[in-house]
Amino acid sequence: MLEGQIPIEDYESGNTKNKWNLNKIKLEHKTISEYNYIKKDIQKGYANRTLYINLNEGIIKEKKVTEDMKKLFTGGRGFGLKLLWDSIKSNTRWNSNENELIITTGPLCGTTQYPGSGKSLCLTISPSTDIICDSNVGGFFGPYLKFAGFDAVEIQGKAKEDVIIIIDGEKGKISIETAPLEETNSHMISQQLTQMYSSEDDDKSRQKISIVSAGMGAENSYWGCLNFSFYDIRRKIPRLKQAGRGGLGTVLRDKKIKAILTKVEKFDGVSNNPADSVTLAKVGTKLHREIRDLDRYQCNMRAVGTVHLVEIMDEYDLLPTENYRFGSFPKASKLYSQNFYKLFTKIIPDGCWHGCTMACAKTVDHFTVMTGPYKGEKVTVDGPEYETVGCGSNMSIWDPLWVLEFNFYCDTYGLDTISTGTSIAFYMEMYEYGILNKKRCDGIELCFGNAEAVLEVIHRIASGDKGEFISIASKGIRRVKDWLIKNNWGDIGIIEDCGMESKGLEYSEYVTKESLAMQGGYGLTLKGPQHDEAWLIFMDMVNNSIPTFKDKAEALHYFPMWRTWFGLNGLCKLPWNDVEPSNNPKTDDPSKVPEHVQNYVDYQNAVTGWNVDKEELILQSERCYNWQRAMNVWLGRGSRKDDWIPYRSMGPVTVMEYISRRERYDKYLNEKIGISEGKIEKMKIEEKIKIIYDYRQDQYQKLSDAVYYRRGWTPNGVPTPNKMKKLGFTDPKMLKILKDKIITDEKAGLNIWGGKYNNKEKNPNDGIKYW
Amino acid sequence: MKNSGKVRVLKFYDERCNGCLECMKACSMIHFKTKEGGEKSAIKINKINKKFIMNACDQRGLCLDMCPVGALKRKKSSIVWLDKKICIGCQACIGFCPINAMRKSKDRIEPFKCISCGACIRVCPEKALEFIEKDINDIKEIVYHKQGV
Repeated sequence: MLEGQIPIEDYESGNTKNKWNLNKIKLEHKTISEYNYIKKDIQKGYANRTLYINLNEGIIKEKKVTEDMKKLFTGGRGFGLKLLWDSIKSNTRWNSNENELIITTGPLCGTTQYPGSGKSLCLTISPSTDIICDSNVGGFFGPYLKFAGFDAVEIQGKAKEDVIIIIDGEKGKISIETAPLEETNSHMISQQLTQMYSSEDDDKSRQKISIVSAGMGAENSYWGCLNFSFYDIRRKIPRLKQAGRGGLGTVLRDKKIKAILTKVEKFDGVSNNPADSVTLAKVGTKLHREIRDLDRYQCNMRAVGTVHLVEIMDEYDLLPTENYRFGSFPKASKLYSQNFYKLFTKIIPDGCWHGCTMACAKTVDHFTVMTGPYKGEKVTVDGPEYETVGCGSNMSIWDPLWVLEFNFYCDTYGLDTISTGTSIAFYMEMYEYGILNKKRCDGIELCFGNAEAVLEVIHRIASGDKGEFISIASKGIRRVKDWLIKNNWGDIGIIEDCGMESKGLEYSEYVTKESLAMQGGYGLTLKGPQHDEAWLIFMDMVNNSIPTFKDKAEALHYFPMWRTWFGLNGLCKLPWNDVEPSNNPKTDDPSKVPEHVQNYVDYQNAVTGWNVDKEELILQSERCYNWQRAMNVWLGRGSRKDDWIPYRSMGPVTVMEYISRRERYDKYLNEKIGISEGKIEKMKIEEKIKIIYDYRQDQYQKLSDAVYYRRGWTPNGVPTPNKMKKLGFTDPKMLKILKDKIITDEKAGLNIWGGKYNNKEKNPNDGIKYW
Repeated sequence: MKNSGKVRVLKFYDERCNGCLECMKACSMIHFKTKEGGEKSAIKINKINKKFIMNACDQRGLCLDMCPVGALKRKKSSIVWLDKKICIGCQACIGFCPINAMRKSKDRIEPFKCISCGACIRVCPEKALEFIEKDINDIKEIVYHKQGV
């Protein structure tokens, strides 16, 4: 292990060094369009303008951010929704010309004093779901975009040939240039462009550049992620963070953008020009000290990042294994955090934005690549994070080195590890049942645990392979389900129940079978099954602190709203509850971490000069959350049928799964459903599975009823005009869309509760005021 | 830059201190060109239970590995030095200093710290402060500890 205090210039990553003739590459650039703008200071967290780029005609212009826009949408993801609403149509799809790729920041984004303040929010119409996908990401791009002068950038249209977009905050100039010779894969192009565009040949200048890119995999699949770079002055390379979910990278490449680059002249801890920098410094230092004193006894993020979750999830039977069939596995200890700790490079400030001392962005340096085009090279692998390791266990890959290999190629090819891993795990299960086989998989033996086959799939996708399987597999689980069903290769029930997608998006890596609230946390979401809205498994399943439907609905109101708030401001969620004050368990509501909520109240006030309280923070989110759901309704997908989740996330699909938790399920049949022990003894497992299936499907519908009611939506899950008006929205177009939808639902008999209620049970109050 | 391996750090004799705080005034003169002392001084004298306690950086350098932009370095004299031109004011070093010796004044965003200049020693009327020389290998700390410890 390295000793500390190595002078920065003496640090050696041990990676293979790439040499390019950058002059030759740059000489091939042709300028398509240029725009000069006046540089202005940020005022209390806002640049007060956004940047609009149209690639069809090479238009570049500024848009003003109005006070009204700040009031209704706050910033970040909220601004993204507003910009999309103004630009797209109800039939816009991911590859429509008018679809936009939006990167936004948020008023607190770019603060250096408070850990976790460098997030960018990315939005687009997703290829996987046909609705809005939002994804948050670290790296320097968001803060630099703001310090270059813009709260957001929206890109519409498509270029005719590969281009890069340069937002030069040093010169006050935006340009679109062709880029025929640059590499496409992210770890290469981010190095090339960082070197090519840094003002001086030193690390300080290179650190003032950030690049957004997506590789060959993004070009050839629906799983494209965006890689955001952040230059590491110690390793002397740009590292990468991913906006993974929903195919944002696919949209980037569809627009023929190879990269977006932003560059700043200078920045420091007061570049946001906060209203009250003294309070900001005080709140920030308090949290730094908490992390210093408590992290090693709590989550140990500074040592191993989010990988610390692997052993916890395995212990609680929540680690997805073999396509979520099981929640733990005898071999899982091979992927526990200590095995990755051995590989991680230590003694580096691993924050993905300056001043984040939670420092969860761990890396493995000089990793020797085992397969594919970079075989034999030594590279830096950013990660793995918990989700990526979870993909490993889901595909039954138990070797940390193969998890790293999977991680490296997914990143550089611009593939979301979650969608890629979850999808391949499903294909593997189908392979085991014979629904897929070697012939149907274009000659690949895609069985559980075959790591080389997984990499083969990934390489073939990135190379643009036109085989039938690769072409469909790269579009994700939903399309593969349809393909399997169309070919009549297997039982429809098995195919639909086992494939872990909802709304067309693949699940992230938690087993939710025994936690009804968490099933809602995945299903009753805006963009699809991602854990960034609510993570309620411990509250629900382990601590049993939200037993009733009403309790669960309250949690599925509060936590999605609270977590949305981070996205409105350009913040990371981790410093909220991945370190907690030592007296937190004694507070009145430990799951909310009251002291940290107050930090965020003080923080937002200190930057913006507002005078808000914690209720107002929730209200800020509620506005955007409802607006996004309403936009989903407008796009044709925001109702109960779209909140469907596969049964694998609710209970045991197969006999094997039942047997693996027999005691738990037998007890469940007795205690929850009221079947006598004697009768259970005599029943066949298939019968028991069927009873639990029906019961849990009904439970999920009842939960949906309670949640819709709590959120102020109709029984079909549509935000009511009454609710929207209460939140301050007066847009007549939106109010009319919702009204029309509710009337249509009424005629179709859809405005009824989904659960089957008997005489003893109470359904949510029917007295909802729609208008 | 190669450093000497030895570093001068402050030693305090509490029994000699009379609590006049001249040292803090001299220190704020060095850092902020003012005799205010208080939050503008890198050395701090506190009275706890009738006893004087001194707090100032002991040059152990845990902060060196914390700085995201490389503003903290060991100088030739082996003291830990913060380059204000590079610093972006993130305060990671302030929060992570195990002895809370990295200081911050409301006047500017960059922190400051004891640079072993000796101004405090020179003004102390009671000779309660002096330099002692230490081997940096004996005092340096690293950011990462064993996992879970």
